[in-house]
Amino acid sequence: MCKNPLKPAPYKIISVRELTKDEWTFRIKVETTPIFGQFYEVSLPGIGEMPISTSGIGDKWIEMTIRNVGKVSSEVHKLKPGSTIFLRGPYGNGFNADDFKDKHVVVAAGGCGVSPVRPLIEYFYNNPDYVAEVDLLFGFKEPGVVLFKEDIGRWKKKFNTIVTVDQACGAWEGNCVGLITDYVKEIKMSEYQKMQIVIVGPPIMMKYTAEEFIKHGVPEEQIIVSMERRMSCGIGKCGHCKVDSCYVCIDGPVFYYSEAKKLID
Amino acid sequence: MSLKLTNESFDKVIEKLRKDYTVYAPRRFKDRGRFSDTDLIRYGEVSSVADIVWNEKSTFSPKEIIFPITQTIFRFTEEEYREPAIDDKKIIIFLRACDINGIRRLDTIFLKNGDDEDFYYKRLREKVKFVLIECQNSFDNCFCVSMNSNTTKDYSIAVCFGTNDALLEIKDNDLAEYFAGIGEKSNFKPEFVSENITKVTVPELKKMPDAIFTHEMWDEYKSRCIACGRCNTTCITCSCFSTDDIFYDESTNVGERRRTWAACHVDHFTDMAGGHEFRKDNAARMRFKTLHKVYDYNKRFGEQMCVGCGRCDDNCPEYISFSDCINKLNDII
Repeated sequence: MCKNPLKPAPYKIISVRELTKDEWTFRIKVETTPIFGQFYEVSLPGIGEMPISTSGIGDKWIEMTIRNVGKVSSEVHKLKPGSTIFLRGPYGNGFNADDFKDKHVVVAAGGCGVSPVRPLIEYFYNNPDYVAEVDLLFGFKEPGVVLFKEDIGRWKKKFNTIVTVDQACGAWEGNCVGLITDYVKEIKMSEYQKMQIVIVGPPIMMKYTAEEFIKHGVPEEQIIVSMERRMSCGIGKCGHCKVDSCYVCIDGPVFYYSEAKKLID
Repeated sequence: MSLKLTNESFDKVIEKLRKDYTVYAPRRFKDRGRFSDTDLIRYGEVSSVADIVWNEKSTFSPKEIIFPITQTIFRFTEEEYREPAIDDKKIIIFLRACDINGIRRLDTIFLKNGDDEDFYYKRLREKVKFVLIECQNSFDNCFCVSMNSNTTKDYSIAVCFGTNDALLEIKDNDLAEYFAGIGEKSNFKPEFVSENITKVTVPELKKMPDAIFTHEMWDEYKSRCIACGRCNTTCITCSCFSTDDIFYDESTNVGERRRTWAACHVDHFTDMAGGHEFRKDNAARMRFKTLHKVYDYNKRFGEQMCVGCGRCDDNCPEYISFSDCINKLNDII
Protein backbone atom coordinates (compact mmCIF):
# COMPACT_ATOMS: atom_id res chain seq x y z
CA MET A 1 0.00 0.00 0.00
CA CYS A 2 1.34 3.45 -0.90
CA LYS A 3 2.09 5.93 1.86
CA ASN A 4 -0.68 8.14 3.11
CA PRO A 5 0.39 11.80 3.19
CA LEU A 6 -2.69 12.75 5.24
CA LYS A 7 -1.69 10.54 8.18
CA PRO A 8 -0.48 12.64 11.13
CA ALA A 9 2.35 11.43 13.35
CA PRO A 10 2.64 12.00 17.12
CA TYR A 11 5.24 14.40 18.55
CA LYS A 12 6.02 15.62 22.07
CA ILE A 13 5.68 19.19 23.26
CA ILE A 14 8.89 20.25 24.98
CA SER A 15 7.79 23.63 26.33
CA VAL A 16 5.02 26.22 26.17
CA ARG A 17 5.79 29.95 26.40
CA GLU A 18 3.05 32.56 26.79
CA LEU A 19 4.00 35.56 24.65
CA THR A 20 0.69 37.37 25.15
CA LYS A 21 -2.66 36.36 26.59
CA ASP A 22 -3.64 34.61 23.34
CA GLU A 23 -0.38 33.93 21.56
CA TRP A 24 1.69 31.06 22.88
CA THR A 25 4.79 29.43 21.49
CA PHE A 26 4.92 25.64 21.55
CA ARG A 27 8.31 23.97 21.18
CA ILE A 28 7.97 20.48 19.68
CA LYS A 29 10.56 17.73 19.39
CA VAL A 30 11.05 16.65 15.76
CA GLU A 31 13.60 14.56 13.89
CA THR A 32 13.93 16.53 10.67
CA THR A 33 13.76 20.30 10.42
CA PRO A 34 11.86 22.33 7.81
CA ILE A 35 13.00 25.06 5.42
CA PHE A 36 12.33 28.57 6.77
CA GLY A 37 8.83 29.65 5.78
CA GLN A 38 7.31 26.17 5.48
CA PHE A 39 4.29 25.11 7.50
CA TYR A 40 2.79 22.02 9.16
CA GLU A 41 -0.73 20.74 9.52
CA VAL A 42 -1.31 20.50 13.27
CA SER A 43 -3.74 17.71 14.05
CA LEU A 44 -5.71 16.88 17.17
CA PRO A 45 -7.85 13.73 17.16
CA GLY A 46 -11.50 14.68 17.52
CA ILE A 47 -10.89 18.38 16.98
CA GLY A 48 -9.36 18.74 13.53
CA GLU A 49 -6.43 20.22 11.70
CA MET A 50 -4.96 23.67 11.05
CA PRO A 51 -1.99 24.95 9.04
CA ILE A 52 0.67 26.64 11.20
CA SER A 53 4.03 28.04 10.17
CA THR A 54 7.21 27.49 12.17
CA SER A 55 8.27 30.44 14.29
CA GLY A 56 11.48 28.82 15.45
CA ILE A 57 13.76 26.08 14.16
CA GLY A 58 16.50 24.49 16.24
CA ASP A 59 18.40 21.26 16.67
CA LYS A 60 15.69 18.57 16.64
CA TRP A 61 12.95 21.00 17.59
CA ILE A 62 10.58 23.43 15.95
CA GLU A 63 8.44 26.16 17.47
CA MET A 64 4.95 27.20 16.49
CA THR A 65 3.40 30.39 17.75
CA ILE A 66 -0.32 29.80 17.90
CA ARG A 67 -3.03 32.39 18.52
CA ASN A 68 -6.03 31.11 20.41
CA VAL A 69 -8.58 32.03 17.78
CA GLY A 70 -10.35 28.95 16.43
CA LYS A 71 -11.57 25.45 17.12
CA VAL A 72 -8.21 23.68 16.91
CA SER A 73 -6.02 26.47 18.29
CA SER A 74 -8.13 26.76 21.44
CA GLU A 75 -7.62 23.04 22.08
CA VAL A 76 -3.89 23.30 21.40
CA HIS A 77 -3.76 25.96 24.12
CA LYS A 78 -4.85 23.28 26.61
CA LEU A 79 -1.73 21.20 25.89
CA LYS A 80 1.17 21.16 28.33
CA PRO A 81 4.86 20.27 28.14
CA GLY A 82 4.97 16.50 27.66
CA SER A 83 1.62 16.39 25.82
CA THR A 84 1.35 14.67 22.46
CA ILE A 85 0.60 16.82 19.43
CA PHE A 86 0.05 15.37 15.96
CA LEU A 87 1.68 16.91 12.90
CA ARG A 88 2.07 16.29 9.20
CA GLY A 89 4.42 18.19 6.96
CA PRO A 90 6.45 20.29 6.50
CA TYR A 91 4.59 21.66 3.51
CA GLY A 92 5.02 24.50 1.03
CA ASN A 93 8.00 26.04 -0.68
CA GLY A 94 9.54 28.18 2.08
CA PHE A 95 12.01 31.01 1.53
CA ASN A 96 14.80 30.64 -1.01
CA ALA A 97 18.14 31.20 0.75
CA ASP A 98 19.78 32.51 -2.45
CA ASP A 99 17.42 35.48 -2.48
CA PHE A 100 19.12 36.92 0.61
CA LYS A 101 22.82 36.27 -0.02
CA ASP A 102 24.77 39.53 0.23
CA LYS A 103 21.55 41.56 0.04
CA HIS A 104 20.27 44.49 2.03
CA VAL A 105 17.31 42.67 3.58
CA VAL A 106 14.29 44.48 4.95
CA VAL A 107 11.78 42.36 6.87
CA ALA A 108 8.39 44.00 7.36
CA ALA A 109 6.02 41.89 9.45
CA GLY A 110 2.65 42.59 10.98
CA GLY A 111 1.11 40.78 13.97
CA CYS A 112 1.26 36.98 13.67
CA GLY A 113 3.23 37.56 10.46
CA VAL A 114 6.37 37.87 12.59
CA SER A 115 6.19 34.10 13.30
CA PRO A 116 7.15 32.75 9.85
CA VAL A 117 10.02 35.27 9.47
CA ARG A 118 11.47 34.75 12.96
CA PRO A 119 13.70 31.78 11.96
CA LEU A 120 14.96 33.83 9.03
CA ILE A 121 15.84 36.81 11.25
CA GLU A 122 17.51 34.47 13.78
CA TYR A 123 19.61 33.08 10.96
CA PHE A 124 20.73 36.58 9.93
CA TYR A 125 21.38 37.38 13.60
CA ASN A 126 23.66 34.36 13.96
CA ASN A 127 25.21 34.66 10.49
CA PRO A 128 25.48 38.41 9.87
CA ASP A 129 28.00 37.89 7.06
CA TYR A 130 25.40 36.09 4.97
CA VAL A 131 23.63 39.37 4.26
CA ALA A 132 24.87 42.92 3.57
CA GLU A 133 22.52 44.71 5.92
CA VAL A 134 19.24 44.03 7.76
CA ASP A 135 16.38 46.35 8.67
CA LEU A 136 13.42 45.13 10.68
CA LEU A 137 10.02 46.76 10.65
CA PHE A 138 7.33 45.30 12.90
CA GLY A 139 3.74 46.41 13.31
CA PHE A 140 1.27 45.31 15.98
CA LYS A 141 -2.24 46.40 16.90
CA GLU A 142 -1.38 47.63 20.40
CA PRO A 143 1.41 47.35 22.96
CA GLY A 144 -0.26 44.38 24.68
CA VAL A 145 0.04 42.14 21.60
CA VAL A 146 3.67 42.77 20.67
CA LEU A 147 5.18 39.34 19.99
CA PHE A 148 8.75 38.15 20.65
CA LYS A 149 9.63 41.19 22.80
CA GLU A 150 12.84 39.59 24.10
CA ASP A 151 13.94 38.60 20.60
CA ILE A 152 13.22 42.05 19.23
CA GLY A 153 15.25 43.54 22.09
CA ARG A 154 18.18 41.33 21.09
CA TRP A 155 17.79 41.95 17.34
CA LYS A 156 17.71 45.71 17.97
CA LYS A 157 21.32 45.61 19.12
CA LYS A 158 22.48 44.29 15.76
CA PHE A 159 19.90 45.55 13.25
CA ASN A 160 18.06 48.80 12.67
CA THR A 161 14.65 47.91 14.13
CA ILE A 162 11.38 49.84 14.09
CA VAL A 163 8.43 48.62 16.15
CA THR A 164 5.15 50.41 15.64
CA VAL A 165 1.69 49.91 17.08
CA ASP A 166 -1.55 51.01 15.41
CA GLN A 167 -2.76 52.52 18.66
CA ALA A 168 -0.92 53.17 21.89
CA CYS A 169 -2.91 53.32 25.06
CA GLY A 170 -0.90 53.30 28.26
CA ALA A 171 2.80 52.64 28.47
CA TRP A 172 4.55 51.96 25.17
CA GLU A 173 8.29 51.78 25.11
CA GLY A 174 8.47 51.13 21.32
CA ASN A 175 9.49 53.68 18.76
CA CYS A 176 6.39 54.55 16.87
CA VAL A 177 2.65 54.76 16.62
CA GLY A 178 0.98 54.23 13.25
CA LEU A 179 0.83 51.73 10.41
CA ILE A 180 3.90 49.95 9.02
CA THR A 181 3.38 51.71 5.70
CA ASP A 182 4.04 55.07 7.38
CA TYR A 183 7.53 53.96 8.42
CA VAL A 184 8.84 52.49 5.16
CA LYS A 185 10.27 55.94 4.35
CA GLU A 186 12.37 55.79 7.55
CA ILE A 187 14.42 52.96 6.08
CA LYS A 188 17.60 54.00 4.35
CA MET A 189 17.30 52.32 0.97
CA SER A 190 20.32 50.86 -0.84
CA GLU A 191 20.63 50.73 -4.59
CA TYR A 192 17.57 48.76 -5.60
CA GLN A 193 19.64 45.87 -7.05
CA LYS A 194 20.91 45.17 -3.56
CA MET A 195 17.53 45.20 -1.82
CA GLN A 196 15.53 42.16 -0.79
CA ILE A 197 12.24 42.85 0.95
CA VAL A 198 10.17 40.28 2.89
CA ILE A 199 6.62 41.23 3.87
CA VAL A 200 4.37 39.00 5.97
CA GLY A 201 1.09 39.99 7.54
CA PRO A 202 -2.60 40.43 6.78
CA PRO A 203 -3.40 40.66 3.01
CA ILE A 204 -4.11 44.39 3.07
CA MET A 205 -0.93 45.18 5.02
CA MET A 206 1.19 43.18 2.56
CA LYS A 207 -0.36 44.94 -0.43
CA TYR A 208 0.13 48.51 0.83
CA THR A 209 3.57 47.85 2.30
CA ALA A 210 4.71 46.34 -1.01
CA GLU A 211 3.34 49.33 -2.91
CA GLU A 212 5.29 51.61 -0.56
CA PHE A 213 8.59 49.83 -1.33
CA ILE A 214 7.79 49.92 -5.05
CA LYS A 215 7.37 53.71 -4.74
CA HIS A 216 10.91 53.75 -3.39
CA GLY A 217 12.15 52.00 -6.50
CA VAL A 218 12.31 48.37 -5.33
CA PRO A 219 11.29 46.02 -8.18
CA GLU A 220 8.35 43.67 -7.53
CA GLU A 221 10.59 40.64 -8.10
CA GLN A 222 12.68 41.64 -5.07
CA ILE A 223 9.70 41.71 -2.73
CA ILE A 224 8.67 38.42 -1.12
CA VAL A 225 5.36 37.84 0.61
CA SER A 226 3.98 34.83 2.48
CA MET A 227 0.27 34.18 2.05
CA GLU A 228 -2.26 32.59 4.33
CA ARG A 229 -5.43 30.81 3.21
CA ARG A 230 -7.90 28.29 4.54
CA MET A 231 -6.49 24.81 3.92
CA SER A 232 -7.86 21.38 4.58
CA CYS A 233 -5.18 19.09 3.17
CA GLY A 234 -1.94 21.04 2.62
CA ILE A 235 -1.01 18.85 -0.36
CA GLY A 236 -2.87 20.37 -3.32
CA LYS A 237 -6.09 18.34 -3.26
CA CYS A 238 -8.80 20.00 -1.16
CA GLY A 239 -9.03 23.20 -3.24
CA HIS A 240 -9.65 25.68 -0.40
CA CYS A 241 -6.41 27.63 -0.89
CA LYS A 242 -6.53 27.83 -4.70
CA VAL A 243 -6.22 31.34 -6.11
CA ASP A 244 -6.21 31.62 -9.91
CA SER A 245 -4.04 28.68 -11.02
CA CYS A 246 -1.98 28.71 -7.80
CA TYR A 247 -2.34 26.41 -4.84
CA VAL A 248 -0.99 28.35 -1.85
CA CYS A 249 -0.14 25.10 -0.03
CA ILE A 250 2.17 23.66 -2.71
CA ASP A 251 3.15 26.65 -4.88
CA GLY A 252 3.43 28.96 -1.84
CA PRO A 253 3.00 30.11 0.82
CA VAL A 254 6.02 32.22 -0.23
CA PHE A 255 5.55 34.20 -3.45
CA TYR A 256 7.35 37.01 -5.22
CA TYR A 257 5.13 40.06 -5.16
CA SER A 258 5.28 40.16 -8.97
CA GLU A 259 3.26 36.90 -8.93
CA ALA A 260 1.27 37.48 -5.76
CA LYS A 261 -0.22 40.76 -6.92
CA LYS A 262 -1.80 38.97 -9.90
CA LEU A 263 -3.59 36.48 -7.66
CA ILE A 264 -7.16 37.66 -7.26
CA ASP A 265 -9.18 35.54 -4.84
CA MET B 1 -14.48 -8.11 -29.93
CA SER B 2 -18.03 -6.90 -30.58
CA LEU B 3 -21.23 -8.69 -29.65
CA LYS B 4 -24.98 -8.40 -29.73
CA LEU B 5 -26.67 -9.61 -26.54
CA THR B 6 -30.26 -9.97 -25.54
CA ASN B 7 -31.00 -8.25 -22.26
CA GLU B 8 -31.48 -11.69 -20.68
CA SER B 9 -27.99 -12.74 -21.75
CA PHE B 10 -26.57 -9.41 -20.60
CA ASP B 11 -28.19 -9.98 -17.21
CA LYS B 12 -26.34 -13.31 -16.95
CA VAL B 13 -23.05 -11.55 -17.67
CA ILE B 14 -23.80 -8.90 -15.02
CA GLU B 15 -24.59 -11.65 -12.57
CA LYS B 16 -21.21 -13.25 -13.25
CA LEU B 17 -19.41 -9.91 -13.07
CA ARG B 18 -20.98 -9.19 -9.70
CA LYS B 19 -19.02 -12.05 -8.16
CA ASP B 20 -15.78 -10.09 -8.70
CA TYR B 21 -16.99 -6.54 -9.22
CA THR B 22 -19.38 -4.09 -7.65
CA VAL B 23 -21.31 -2.83 -10.66
CA TYR B 24 -22.48 0.79 -10.62
CA ALA B 25 -24.75 2.50 -13.11
CA PRO B 26 -27.31 5.31 -13.16
CA ARG B 27 -30.52 3.97 -11.64
CA ARG B 28 -33.95 5.29 -10.81
CA PHE B 29 -34.97 6.27 -7.27
CA LYS B 30 -38.74 6.53 -7.44
CA ASP B 31 -40.24 9.83 -6.20
CA ARG B 32 -36.92 11.00 -4.85
CA GLY B 33 -36.60 13.88 -7.36
CA ARG B 34 -36.38 17.54 -6.46
CA PHE B 35 -40.02 18.20 -7.36
CA SER B 36 -43.05 16.29 -6.18
CA ASP B 37 -43.78 13.07 -8.08
CA THR B 38 -40.48 13.14 -9.92
CA ASP B 39 -37.79 10.49 -9.84
CA LEU B 40 -34.12 10.91 -9.08
CA ILE B 41 -31.58 9.33 -11.40
CA ARG B 42 -28.29 8.78 -9.64
CA TYR B 43 -25.56 6.20 -9.37
CA GLY B 44 -26.14 3.02 -7.42
CA GLU B 45 -25.37 -0.67 -7.52
CA VAL B 46 -27.19 -2.56 -10.29
CA SER B 47 -27.84 -6.25 -10.83
CA SER B 48 -29.61 -6.27 -14.20
CA VAL B 49 -30.04 -4.25 -17.39
CA ALA B 50 -33.51 -3.25 -16.20
CA ASP B 51 -31.90 -1.37 -13.29
CA ILE B 52 -29.83 0.80 -15.62
CA VAL B 53 -31.29 4.12 -16.77
CA TRP B 54 -29.54 4.57 -20.12
CA ASN B 55 -31.87 6.95 -21.92
CA GLU B 56 -31.83 9.84 -19.42
CA LYS B 57 -29.04 11.93 -17.94
CA SER B 58 -28.28 11.27 -14.27
CA THR B 59 -28.70 14.14 -11.80
CA PHE B 60 -25.47 13.31 -10.01
CA SER B 61 -22.26 12.21 -11.65
CA PRO B 62 -20.48 8.93 -10.90
CA LYS B 63 -17.71 10.76 -9.00
CA GLU B 64 -19.17 9.72 -5.63
CA ILE B 65 -18.07 6.12 -6.33
CA ILE B 66 -14.37 7.04 -6.23
CA PHE B 67 -14.68 10.31 -4.27
CA PRO B 68 -17.49 9.62 -1.79
CA ILE B 69 -19.67 12.48 -0.51
CA THR B 70 -18.49 11.63 2.98
CA GLN B 71 -15.59 9.30 3.54
CA THR B 72 -14.00 8.16 6.79
CA ILE B 73 -10.28 8.74 6.34
CA PHE B 74 -9.12 7.79 9.84
CA ARG B 75 -10.41 6.16 12.95
CA PHE B 76 -8.53 7.52 15.90
CA THR B 77 -7.84 7.07 19.56
CA GLU B 78 -5.82 9.53 21.60
CA GLU B 79 -2.65 7.75 20.50
CA GLU B 80 -3.07 6.90 16.84
CA TYR B 81 -4.80 7.44 13.52
CA ARG B 82 -5.68 4.36 11.48
CA GLU B 83 -7.04 4.19 7.92
CA PRO B 84 -10.23 2.14 7.58
CA ALA B 85 -9.99 -0.87 5.31
CA ILE B 86 -11.96 -1.15 2.07
CA ASP B 87 -13.28 -4.31 0.45
CA ASP B 88 -11.31 -6.23 -2.16
CA LYS B 89 -14.00 -6.18 -4.83
CA LYS B 90 -13.14 -4.42 -8.06
CA ILE B 91 -15.48 -1.82 -9.54
CA ILE B 92 -17.31 -1.45 -12.84
CA ILE B 93 -18.94 1.87 -13.68
CA PHE B 94 -21.40 2.40 -16.56
CA LEU B 95 -20.93 6.03 -17.64
CA ARG B 96 -20.91 8.43 -20.56
CA ALA B 97 -18.00 9.96 -22.47
CA CYS B 98 -18.25 13.31 -20.66
CA ASP B 99 -17.94 11.60 -17.28
CA ILE B 100 -14.98 9.47 -18.38
CA ASN B 101 -13.29 12.70 -19.46
CA GLY B 102 -14.37 14.28 -16.16
CA ILE B 103 -12.76 11.50 -14.13
CA ARG B 104 -9.50 12.27 -15.94
CA ARG B 105 -9.76 15.78 -14.40
CA LEU B 106 -10.28 14.22 -10.96
CA ASP B 107 -7.23 12.01 -11.59
CA THR B 108 -5.21 15.13 -12.36
CA ILE B 109 -6.12 16.85 -9.09
CA PHE B 110 -5.92 13.82 -6.80
CA LEU B 111 -2.95 12.03 -8.36
CA LYS B 112 -0.89 14.65 -10.18
CA ASN B 113 -1.29 18.02 -8.43
CA GLY B 114 1.65 18.46 -6.07
CA ASP B 115 4.17 15.78 -5.11
CA ASP B 116 1.75 13.52 -3.25
CA GLU B 117 -0.88 11.14 -4.55
CA ASP B 118 -4.13 11.04 -2.63
CA PHE B 119 -4.19 7.71 -0.83
CA TYR B 120 -8.00 7.42 -0.58
CA TYR B 121 -8.76 8.39 -4.15
CA LYS B 122 -6.05 6.16 -5.54
CA ARG B 123 -7.10 3.02 -3.70
CA LEU B 124 -10.64 3.27 -5.12
CA ARG B 125 -9.65 4.57 -8.55
CA GLU B 126 -7.22 1.67 -9.17
CA LYS B 127 -10.09 -0.79 -8.91
CA VAL B 128 -12.25 0.85 -11.57
CA LYS B 129 -13.06 -0.29 -15.10
CA PHE B 130 -15.24 1.88 -17.32
CA VAL B 131 -18.21 0.72 -19.39
CA LEU B 132 -19.02 3.50 -21.83
CA ILE B 133 -22.73 4.14 -22.35
CA GLU B 134 -23.18 5.34 -25.92
CA CYS B 135 -25.22 8.57 -26.01
CA GLN B 136 -27.84 7.93 -28.66
CA ASN B 137 -28.79 11.60 -28.52
CA SER B 138 -27.64 14.76 -26.84
CA PHE B 139 -29.61 15.72 -23.72
CA ASP B 140 -30.85 19.10 -22.43
CA ASN B 141 -28.04 21.51 -21.56
CA CYS B 142 -25.26 19.20 -22.80
CA PHE B 143 -22.35 21.00 -24.45
CA CYS B 144 -19.72 18.27 -24.51
CA VAL B 145 -18.86 18.87 -28.18
CA SER B 146 -17.78 22.45 -27.45
CA MET B 147 -15.60 21.17 -24.58
CA ASN B 148 -14.04 18.36 -26.70
CA SER B 149 -15.26 15.76 -24.23
CA ASN B 150 -17.88 14.09 -26.42
CA THR B 151 -15.50 11.28 -27.37
CA THR B 152 -13.20 8.90 -25.50
CA LYS B 153 -11.08 5.81 -26.07
CA ASP B 154 -10.67 5.18 -22.35
CA TYR B 155 -13.11 2.33 -21.74
CA SER B 156 -13.02 -1.43 -21.20
CA ILE B 157 -16.43 -2.03 -22.74
CA ALA B 158 -18.71 0.20 -24.81
CA VAL B 159 -22.42 -0.48 -24.88
CA CYS B 160 -25.35 0.74 -26.93
CA PHE B 161 -28.52 -0.19 -25.05
CA GLY B 162 -31.77 -1.03 -26.83
CA THR B 163 -35.22 -2.00 -25.65
CA ASN B 164 -34.60 -5.74 -25.91
CA ASP B 165 -30.93 -6.11 -26.65
CA ALA B 166 -27.60 -4.38 -26.43
CA LEU B 167 -24.58 -3.98 -28.70
CA LEU B 168 -21.18 -4.21 -27.07
CA GLU B 169 -17.56 -3.66 -27.91
CA ILE B 170 -15.27 -5.44 -25.44
CA LYS B 171 -11.68 -4.14 -25.43
CA ASP B 172 -10.55 -5.49 -22.07
CA ASN B 173 -9.31 -9.10 -22.08
CA ASP B 174 -9.97 -9.48 -18.36
CA LEU B 175 -13.64 -8.81 -19.00
CA ALA B 176 -13.89 -10.76 -22.30
CA GLU B 177 -13.98 -14.08 -20.43
CA TYR B 178 -17.26 -13.13 -18.78
CA PHE B 179 -18.82 -13.06 -22.26
CA ALA B 180 -17.52 -16.49 -23.37
CA GLY B 181 -20.16 -18.37 -25.33
CA ILE B 182 -22.75 -15.63 -24.93
CA GLY B 183 -24.42 -13.51 -27.65
CA GLU B 184 -23.67 -13.22 -31.35
CA LYS B 185 -20.85 -11.45 -33.16
CA SER B 186 -21.41 -7.91 -34.36
CA ASN B 187 -19.42 -5.04 -35.86
CA PHE B 188 -20.38 -2.58 -33.16
CA LYS B 189 -18.15 0.43 -32.46
CA PRO B 190 -19.60 3.19 -30.30
CA GLU B 191 -20.66 6.41 -31.96
CA PHE B 192 -20.36 9.74 -30.25
CA VAL B 193 -22.60 12.77 -30.14
CA SER B 194 -21.25 15.19 -32.74
CA GLU B 195 -23.54 18.15 -32.15
CA ASN B 196 -25.34 19.61 -29.13
CA ILE B 197 -28.15 22.14 -29.18
CA THR B 198 -26.22 24.15 -26.58
CA LYS B 199 -22.91 25.45 -27.85
CA VAL B 200 -20.26 27.45 -26.04
CA THR B 201 -17.18 29.28 -27.16
CA VAL B 202 -14.47 29.19 -24.54
CA PRO B 203 -12.17 32.20 -24.68
CA GLU B 204 -8.68 30.99 -25.53
CA LEU B 205 -6.11 33.14 -23.82
CA LYS B 206 -2.98 32.79 -21.75
CA LYS B 207 -3.72 35.62 -19.31
CA MET B 208 -7.18 36.67 -18.18
CA PRO B 209 -7.27 40.50 -18.17
CA ASP B 210 -7.54 41.90 -14.62
CA ALA B 211 -10.63 43.84 -15.68
CA ILE B 212 -12.54 40.54 -16.09
CA PHE B 213 -12.20 39.79 -12.37
CA THR B 214 -14.13 42.93 -11.46
CA HIS B 215 -16.31 43.10 -14.59
CA GLU B 216 -19.99 43.95 -14.20
CA MET B 217 -20.96 40.71 -16.00
CA TRP B 218 -20.67 38.91 -12.64
CA ASP B 219 -23.15 41.28 -10.95
CA GLU B 220 -26.20 39.41 -12.24
CA TYR B 221 -25.20 36.43 -10.11
CA LYS B 222 -24.84 38.45 -6.93
CA SER B 223 -28.35 37.83 -5.60
CA ARG B 224 -29.58 35.41 -8.24
CA CYS B 225 -27.12 32.77 -7.07
CA ILE B 226 -28.28 31.57 -3.66
CA ALA B 227 -25.00 29.79 -2.84
CA CYS B 228 -26.65 26.38 -2.56
CA GLY B 229 -23.75 24.60 -4.26
CA ARG B 230 -25.88 22.28 -6.42
CA CYS B 231 -23.69 23.16 -9.41
CA ASN B 232 -20.65 22.01 -7.42
CA THR B 233 -22.16 18.80 -6.06
CA THR B 234 -23.54 17.62 -9.40
CA CYS B 235 -20.39 18.56 -11.34
CA ILE B 236 -18.24 15.58 -12.35
CA THR B 237 -15.07 17.70 -12.04
CA CYS B 238 -15.59 19.54 -8.74
CA SER B 239 -13.11 17.91 -6.39
CA CYS B 240 -12.93 20.15 -3.29
CA PHE B 241 -13.39 18.74 0.18
CA SER B 242 -13.26 19.69 3.85
CA THR B 243 -12.21 17.58 6.79
CA ASP B 244 -14.11 17.15 10.05
CA ASP B 245 -13.55 15.12 13.19
CA ILE B 246 -16.25 13.50 15.27
CA PHE B 247 -16.16 11.61 18.55
CA TYR B 248 -18.21 8.41 18.74
CA ASP B 249 -18.46 8.93 22.45
CA GLU B 250 -17.17 11.96 24.36
CA SER B 251 -15.95 9.87 27.27
CA THR B 252 -13.64 7.55 25.34
CA ASN B 253 -11.91 10.00 22.98
CA VAL B 254 -12.44 7.55 20.13
CA GLY B 255 -13.80 8.79 16.86
CA GLU B 256 -13.15 9.37 13.20
CA ARG B 257 -11.88 11.98 10.76
CA ARG B 258 -14.11 12.43 7.73
CA ARG B 259 -13.62 14.04 4.38
CA THR B 260 -16.75 15.64 2.92
CA TRP B 261 -17.41 17.39 -0.40
CA ALA B 262 -16.92 21.14 -0.16
CA ALA B 263 -18.23 23.72 -2.62
CA CYS B 264 -16.74 27.08 -3.61
CA HIS B 265 -20.26 28.55 -3.99
CA VAL B 266 -21.27 27.69 -0.43
CA ASP B 267 -20.64 29.95 2.60
CA HIS B 268 -17.51 29.38 4.71
CA PHE B 269 -15.45 27.85 1.86
CA THR B 270 -12.66 30.40 2.35
CA ASP B 271 -13.19 31.23 6.06
CA MET B 272 -10.10 31.32 8.22
CA ALA B 273 -9.91 31.17 12.01
CA GLY B 274 -10.33 34.70 13.28
CA GLY B 275 -13.08 35.51 10.79
CA HIS B 276 -11.35 36.51 7.55
CA GLU B 277 -13.25 35.41 4.44
CA PHE B 278 -11.99 35.86 0.87
CA ARG B 279 -15.11 35.65 -1.32
CA LYS B 280 -18.15 36.89 0.55
CA ASP B 281 -20.34 37.73 -2.36
CA ASN B 282 -21.97 35.21 -4.66
CA ALA B 283 -20.94 37.11 -7.78
CA ALA B 284 -17.27 36.61 -6.84
CA ARG B 285 -17.96 32.92 -6.23
CA MET B 286 -19.53 32.57 -9.70
CA ARG B 287 -16.50 34.31 -11.19
CA PHE B 288 -14.13 32.03 -9.21
CA LYS B 289 -15.86 28.85 -10.36
CA THR B 290 -16.26 29.95 -13.97
CA LEU B 291 -12.63 30.93 -14.34
CA HIS B 292 -11.52 27.67 -12.70
CA LYS B 293 -13.61 25.59 -15.08
CA VAL B 294 -12.70 27.42 -18.31
CA TYR B 295 -9.45 29.27 -17.63
CA ASP B 296 -7.08 28.65 -14.71
CA TYR B 297 -7.28 24.83 -14.59
CA ASN B 298 -6.29 24.88 -18.25
CA LYS B 299 -3.45 27.29 -17.50
CA ARG B 300 -2.08 24.83 -14.91
CA PHE B 301 -2.83 21.45 -16.48
CA GLY B 302 -3.26 22.04 -20.23
CA GLU B 303 -6.91 21.12 -20.74
CA GLN B 304 -10.17 22.80 -19.76
CA MET B 305 -11.73 21.49 -16.57
CA CYS B 306 -15.38 21.74 -17.62
CA VAL B 307 -16.51 18.76 -19.71
CA GLY B 308 -19.88 20.25 -20.70
CA CYS B 309 -22.11 17.63 -19.02
CA GLY B 310 -24.55 20.46 -18.27
CA ARG B 311 -25.58 19.09 -14.86
CA CYS B 312 -24.99 22.50 -13.25
CA ASP B 313 -27.61 23.95 -15.58
CA ASP B 314 -29.96 20.99 -15.10
CA ASN B 315 -29.95 21.48 -11.35
CA CYS B 316 -29.63 25.19 -10.59
CA PRO B 317 -32.75 26.23 -8.63
CA GLU B 318 -32.30 29.77 -9.98
CA TYR B 319 -32.01 28.55 -13.58
CA ILE B 320 -28.56 30.07 -13.96
CA SER B 321 -27.01 28.82 -17.17
CA PHE B 322 -23.30 28.13 -16.98
CA SER B 323 -23.10 27.74 -20.75
CA ASP B 324 -24.60 31.24 -21.15
CA CYS B 325 -22.07 32.52 -18.64
CA ILE B 326 -19.16 31.07 -20.65
CA ASN B 327 -20.54 32.64 -23.83
CA LYS B 328 -20.97 36.01 -22.09
CA LEU B 329 -17.39 35.84 -20.89
CA ASN B 330 -16.25 35.08 -24.42
CA ASP B 331 -18.29 37.97 -25.85
CA ILE B 332 -16.65 40.41 -23.44
CA ILE B 333 -13.17 39.16 -24.26
